[in-house]
Amino acid sequence: MKSDSLTRAFMILIRRDLMLAVRHRAEMANPLLFFILVTSLFPLAIGANPNLLQAIAPGVIWVAALLAALLSIENVFRSDFEDGSLEQYLLSSHPVSILVLAKIIAHWLITGLPLLLISPLLGILLGLHADAIKVLFITLLLGTPVLSLIGAVGVALTVGLRKGGMILSLLVLPLYIPLLIFASSAVDSAAAGLPVTAHLSLITALLVLSLSLSPFATAAALRVSLS
Amino acid sequence: MFNNFFHRMASPRHFYGLAGTLIPWLAIPCLLLTLAGLYYGLVKAPPDYQQGDSYRIMFIHVPAAWMSMFIYVVMAGAGAIGLIWRIKLAEVVAISSAPIGASFTFLALVTGSIWGKPMWGTWWVWDARLTSELILLFLYLGVIALHNAIDDRRTAARAVAILALVGVVNIPIIHYSVEWWNTLHQGPTVTKFDKPSIHLSMLIPLLLMAVAFKLYYAFVVLMRARCEVLERERNTGWVKELAEKT
Repeated sequence: MKSDSLTRAFMILIRRDLMLAVRHRAEMANPLLFFILVTSLFPLAIGANPNLLQAIAPGVIWVAALLAALLSIENVFRSDFEDGSLEQYLLSSHPVSILVLAKIIAHWLITGLPLLLISPLLGILLGLHADAIKVLFITLLLGTPVLSLIGAVGVALTVGLRKGGMILSLLVLPLYIPLLIFASSAVDSAAAGLPVTAHLSLITALLVLSLSLSPFATAAALRVSLS
Repeated sequence: MFNNFFHRMASPRHFYGLAGTLIPWLAIPCLLLTLAGLYYGLVKAPPDYQQGDSYRIMFIHVPAAWMSMFIYVVMAGAGAIGLIWRIKLAEVVAISSAPIGASFTFLALVTGSIWGKPMWGTWWVWDARLTSELILLFLYLGVIALHNAIDDRRTAARAVAILALVGVVNIPIIHYSVEWWNTLHQGPTVTKFDKPSIHLSMLIPLLLMAVAFKLYYAFVVLMRARCEVLERERNTGWVKELAEKT
């Protein structure tokens, strides 16, 4: 019975956030536009030499995805904090870490998934081969949830602050570094025709680790921020 | 009785007095060891057969790099103690450690860069160790920024503790990812600081300096913690008494 109601609360939270996102479609589009814009700035700045673009494409796409995730992650708790529903989650009888996980999953569906779907197009724009694009897609599929999970801890720590945005990037970006390294070198290796299983295993390990630890850290941080 | 001892230790007032008496006992040995270490390191130890005299910066650089990692772990440990057992003093130690750790990290980076110029011919290389030290500095700065951004001292201390714990889980991951990144991109580099078995005449000053740096950290963290305790407890009776006495 108890676990039933927990599952229900979990699903309701996800559905609520998705519905909110559908009602505010413009907000959903912003990180996506940012992702595309930042990526297309690089050819303009560096020059359209195809070899050069191909060489920097994995890094550029991943850095752009990382920045887009950083920009959008703040919304994961912001509006709930402002209207007080965050406090209700903390007061509810369900474990906060599970509710937090629902929020993070909903947030990934809203912001991470569109990035993932548009990424092959950007790969083509920067001249990546089909194999490399495939690996890029897999790294983003495994990696964007990690971005949301780690970012949520930072947001939970800064949600009560008036100017949290700048500090959030200072807190979260260093923690994104391992993922950035593994993901972009996986795409690099794929472009060079080398095996990528090791890289993908490491990214999966990061995903499992952050999936199992981040909800607890986020819940603890929310308790501190709202105390 | 054991419990009682810990409770007394953890009371801010008792800590303030105890730290005050401890500081000179740590500071004077620190000064003596530093002088001895510098004398043996800069005067007594023979020049290196390859690097000449410029290796001597190691006597500052290596202990500073050790301290930079050690202090982060202390900070996270103290933060965890503060979060779990709600001991205020542990929180105070955690946040007092952050600026000292950041300074040691910065010192390690600067001395490494000064050493790198004559040895590697450049101020900066994206070597694995340098990069992870740089990221460690970012982590420290994040902790300090978060602490400064939150007005309430207790909330700030607990937020910092959580951040330090998240960081300490990530440090090994960051370290190895950077190491693999480096080897993936460039293969074995010539810049790797090949560790020869170090001669005793160089090892002794190095260890002297390492102990001196530890003592330095111990007494500076006590000084900072005393100050923090006074600021936190400024509305209590014993602090007012203290202020009136002086």
